[in-house]
Amino acid sequence: MGLIQIDRTLDARGLACPMPIVKTAQMMKTMASGETLEVTSTDAGSVKDFAAWSRTTGNPLLDSTSDAAVYRFVLRKA
Amino acid sequence: MDEPLNLILFSGTDDKLQAAAVLSAGAAALGRPVNIFLQYWALDAFRADRIDRSHGLAPEAGDEGRRLVDALTAAGQQSWAETLRQAKELGGVDIEACSLSMDLLGIGPADLDPLVDGVEGVTAFHLNAGNGPLVFI
Repeated sequence: MGLIQIDRTLDARGLACPMPIVKTAQMMKTMASGETLEVTSTDAGSVKDFAAWSRTTGNPLLDSTSDAAVYRFVLRKA
Repeated sequence: MDEPLNLILFSGTDDKLQAAAVLSAGAAALGRPVNIFLQYWALDAFRADRIDRSHGLAPEAGDEGRRLVDALTAAGQQSWAETLRQAKELGGVDIEACSLSMDLLGIGPADLDPLVDGVEGVTAFHLNAGNGPLVFI
């Protein structure tokens, strides 16, 4: 997935639920339509949370991967 | 998701308030409106001079629960008040004090933390609740 250009990054590692999503929602508010955000998290609930958040808010989840206990998500602002 | 999440907070212990704050922040992140109605001991915990104090845990926590919560705090978990502040920054979270509980505790609007938006009666709460669920914590 190296083809996706990353415009912004958010390090949410170490934050407990629901702060990865809360901080993502806060940052997405400051972004322009079409920009992408990469989030890293260590909260095990993140995988389902980011999928649900993307579906509900209409901001596409372009990528969702995990490496050891770190989860990585790429979202595009609708 | 347009119907609001309506939380009636009755208990004033840190564990229940943290659970309510997490539910609120999650809903706010989804863009879902949240109405919080503060009654009894939850309202007391929102007094400006008490909100940052320790408010204890529910009786079922016991010594083991106390130890687990302390470990989470030591690991950097923020307070329920801070979680609510961040939820409010996202927008759509309205926190109202129950006027009857204000009378019970003998406090006025000036005694409450700025997290609290206003004072209302139960009728206004029900009106704002629409068809969303009522959750009592």
